[in-house]
Amino acid sequence: MNQLISLVKKDLLIEWRQKHTLFGVLLYVGATVFAVYIMNGQPEVKVWNALFWITQLFVAVNSVAKSFLQEHPNRFRYYFTVVKPTTFLLAKMLYSMVLMMGISLISLFLFSILLGNPVIQTAVFVGVTAAGSLALSAVFTFLSAIAARAQQNAALMAILGFPLVIPVLMILSNLALSAISPVYQEGWGVMMLVLLALGVLVIILGLILFPFLWQE
Amino acid sequence: MRSNWWKILCVVLLAYAIIGGLLLPVPARHILNETIRNLYFHVPMWFGMMLLFGISFYHSLMYLRKQDMNYDIKAVAFLKIGVLFSCLGMLTGMEWAKYTWGEPWSNDPKQLATAICMLSYFAYLILRGGIKDEEKRAKISAVYNVFAFAMMIPLLFVLPRLVDSLHPGNGGNPGFNSYDLDSRMRLVFYPAVIGWFLLGYWISTLHVRINQINHKRDNTF
Repeated sequence: MNQLISLVKKDLLIEWRQKHTLFGVLLYVGATVFAVYIMNGQPEVKVWNALFWITQLFVAVNSVAKSFLQEHPNRFRYYFTVVKPTTFLLAKMLYSMVLMMGISLISLFLFSILLGNPVIQTAVFVGVTAAGSLALSAVFTFLSAIAARAQQNAALMAILGFPLVIPVLMILSNLALSAISPVYQEGWGVMMLVLLALGVLVIILGLILFPFLWQE
Repeated sequence: MRSNWWKILCVVLLAYAIIGGLLLPVPARHILNETIRNLYFHVPMWFGMMLLFGISFYHSLMYLRKQDMNYDIKAVAFLKIGVLFSCLGMLTGMEWAKYTWGEPWSNDPKQLATAICMLSYFAYLILRGGIKDEEKRAKISAVYNVFAFAMMIPLLFVLPRLVDSLHPGNGGNPGFNSYDLDSRMRLVFYPAVIGWFLLGYWISTLHVRINQINHKRDNTF
């Protein structure tokens, strides 16, 4: 447990010290939102929702990719003499979730400034965004581990991840829609549970499979 | 499964399914008309695909447990033939949809699910292509295969809740089982399913044997 906390702390500290990567991602979000604004102006509600989740997807690919890909392969050997692989993966996932959640909230803020703010129930939308960051960052952290082991770049991670997260994105945009437009959605709670269960499933799968990835 | 009886059975069943499927009487249904015969070719592709992916998943699991290269060879072979079946199923389905639903692509959850399956298994093949070292390739791709398959199964059950389906038996449409798939069609349909699956299995075993020989001779495949 202590190891877990100190690993997460270490990653966040590195993130804070190497500010260029963090601000790089923030600039990426800002530029994306601005590009969307230039192309489309202020879109209607459904399009706004779709654009928001597409942006989240690309932010996830770009920010979470760093969790494994940014570290030097030799440093992993050191980590594995010190901690258990499952602890290491959990730490990486926690770190990406924190990062992803922060960036999602910032992009929500940017969206509401530039593209208009159709959100009626802010708390619900923020909740869905949090659940979404959890699921997206869990999936992409694990795939980034695979891509790092295959000595490939973030493009491979995107190829591996997009098909798997399409249904997650569909669930997310459906959930978020009820916070945006005043439509009554049947089975909202069940869908939310499905999403959270998926997140848990991904974490469990990752914990089971990750040790295999690291045997040399 | 070195024996021959199931290969003969496969040929006999498929010959029966093709000849019987095109010639035997079928119930006359509105809109469907004679395209209902596609049932003998389109639906078995899906059963075959799911079974082949399942077998591939099993072999990937076994590879992770035993670290035996033979399991990796089998996992890839079954997966490749599964992908082939999914392409064929998609083509026959789109052709059928053009006549019955009006257009080849109509955002049906089963179509979406298959497209997602195809994309993720294409990604698997790309992942394999990117790794040179064999042991590593086997291990990483086995991990991805297990991850993708285990994640796909719940998603395939969630998808129909999100999008309305045009397939029989979903979204208020009557299923084939209720009245369309009458006893005359069952006589051809079940043998066709078994026949197509055996054909897929046969192709996969050939692929496995070629790769096993390559692996023995050149230590690569």
